[in-house]
Amino acid sequence: MKNTLSSENIALGIRRRVFEHCIKNNGAYLSQACSSAEQLAWIYNEALNLGDSIAPSTPEKFQGVPSASNKNYKTGAGYNGPATSEYDRLIFAPAHYALVAYATLIEVGRMSEDGLSMFNKDGSSVEIIGAEHSPGMEMHNGTLGIGLSTAAGIAYGRKLNNEKGSTCVFMSDGELQEGQIWEALQVSVFYELENLWAIVDVNEQQVDGAMSDVLNIGDINKKINSFGAKCIEIDGHDINAMRQAKKEKHDGKPLIILARTSPYKGMSFLKTRFPRLHYVRFKSEEERNKMNIEISKELGIDPIKY
Amino acid sequence: MTEIVNKPYGTSFKKYASKHKNILCLSGDLTSSCEVDTFRDEYPEQFVSMGMAEQNMMSFAGGLAMSGFTPFIHTFGVFAYRRPYDQLLASIAYPRRRVRIMGFLPGITTPAGMTHQAIEDISVMRTIPNMTVIETGDATEVESICQQADSIDGPVYCRILRGSVPRLFNSPLKIGEIRNLNSGSDILLITSGICTEEALRARASLISEGISILHLHVHTFKPFNEEKILDLISNIKYGVITMENHLINGGLGTTISEIISKYGLSKKLIKLGLQDTFAHGGSKQYLTKYYGFDAYALINAIEKFIEQKLNIEDKDLEKARIENVHSLFKAEAL
Repeated sequence: MKNTLSSENIALGIRRRVFEHCIKNNGAYLSQACSSAEQLAWIYNEALNLGDSIAPSTPEKFQGVPSASNKNYKTGAGYNGPATSEYDRLIFAPAHYALVAYATLIEVGRMSEDGLSMFNKDGSSVEIIGAEHSPGMEMHNGTLGIGLSTAAGIAYGRKLNNEKGSTCVFMSDGELQEGQIWEALQVSVFYELENLWAIVDVNEQQVDGAMSDVLNIGDINKKINSFGAKCIEIDGHDINAMRQAKKEKHDGKPLIILARTSPYKGMSFLKTRFPRLHYVRFKSEEERNKMNIEISKELGIDPIKY
Repeated sequence: MTEIVNKPYGTSFKKYASKHKNILCLSGDLTSSCEVDTFRDEYPEQFVSMGMAEQNMMSFAGGLAMSGFTPFIHTFGVFAYRRPYDQLLASIAYPRRRVRIMGFLPGITTPAGMTHQAIEDISVMRTIPNMTVIETGDATEVESICQQADSIDGPVYCRILRGSVPRLFNSPLKIGEIRNLNSGSDILLITSGICTEEALRARASLISEGISILHLHVHTFKPFNEEKILDLISNIKYGVITMENHLINGGLGTTISEIISKYGLSKKLIKLGLQDTFAHGGSKQYLTKYYGFDAYALINAIEKFIEQKLNIEDKDLEKARIENVHSLFKAEAL
């Protein structure tokens, strides 16, 4: 499935959708759309070789958790196409970016618009923190740090099976504080998993605020390179830079692209909230109204009716 | 004379895994400690060294299962759940990955003390949805564990005995069954793991004292075959004694107490095992005696139930040798 839109337009569409949702629902993981829109647009629209969605365009209701007796159980991976040998596979690590992921699925035509109306509703599979059964997800990543290890396991298995497709992880920089990430890097380098690559949304944000204040983890490019992976740092809003980075040779090594981003890119008004941007909830009707007018203008749309 | 089998796990894993190429042998830097070093040397293409990085090992195994392989994780039981508990749940248990976790050195079967002694693993594992939980009690059970664990469509945790392991049973372990080792009507004795062998040391002395013991051996903690033992609990004269190489909270004793309360059976229960305490390092003989779940502790528990002193001394138990035990009934009968 190749989208006819440009990745740049898809990124704009993602920001608009997430913003609209935020205004209407009085809050959202909004800054994550600002930082990651280009990356997710590019991943789905260009970077990955994905088959057509095999999931229903309108998401099914919650069908129960996996259990021996639950025969209806399915993950949300079907929205990314079949998990067959020739295709790439996406592991979406920061599960709190779910709203951005759903907006992306709509923009690239893998989910219908009404999917978003089910967001965070009781009995819905379109959950606020992406679950295994949520559209576009294949595993629970709400506990940060497990995505890269899982993808490494998948990549190892696919290597043994001589599969053509690569395994991609979309990550965020906050989770680099978890020790497991570095365990996963060690193993991915040791087993020369060049069929594994990741793009990290380096927005330097975490729940408590700016990473530099909460727990500064220093020069991550140098660290990742020292661990033996191929690490490239780019401007995370420059889609051309992503295209170039993906072309870099990384023989016998996993590739980690550090996409340096701004948590208020495209929504400058959010800067007034810095450094508390993890979840944007309006402090007053006045703020909501002001944000609606200012950000709508920047996104080139009429103010959202709510 | 009891047959002692050398490294039954190492031998049987190699036999089973070498015939099933979708199996990958994962090791957390404990390859010879878990008896899979020979397998590593002979089948390197099926071996994945994971180093000392258990959190990654659990999620990585989940990923391998997602690409069609069946990982058998080899580590000490304690390292399979304490540090990587979050990963165990999110990457293996929730999604029901076909991962087989082989936990060595159960309970106090290691002199290495608290950090190495898995004394609450059964308690933890059996409360996790989707998990199957097995404990081996002799060489025959260890020999049948790979095939049995691999027959489950979902994750399995197994307590494995290593090194020189006595052969007590002549029929293989079958998940969900309970072994009946002795019929009797006074006391219902339910044992698991190494405690079964320990309890058998007291058998001859108890018979000569005229005590009638109904002795069951449990290897499957989840799913637990509760219906099969309801009548046995109901019909016993004095009460039930459980004996486990584990904390008395959360394991075998608790499982039985749950059944007693669930079905409103009015029977007393004495739980032998670690009594809400951590242990320290030492030999199996020393530790089971020190913490009160050796054969002599069993005699004391029986004396409590029948309210009289038995004429059994420590030295009688020292002399006791373990004879081959053949299940009274076919295992399926229980």
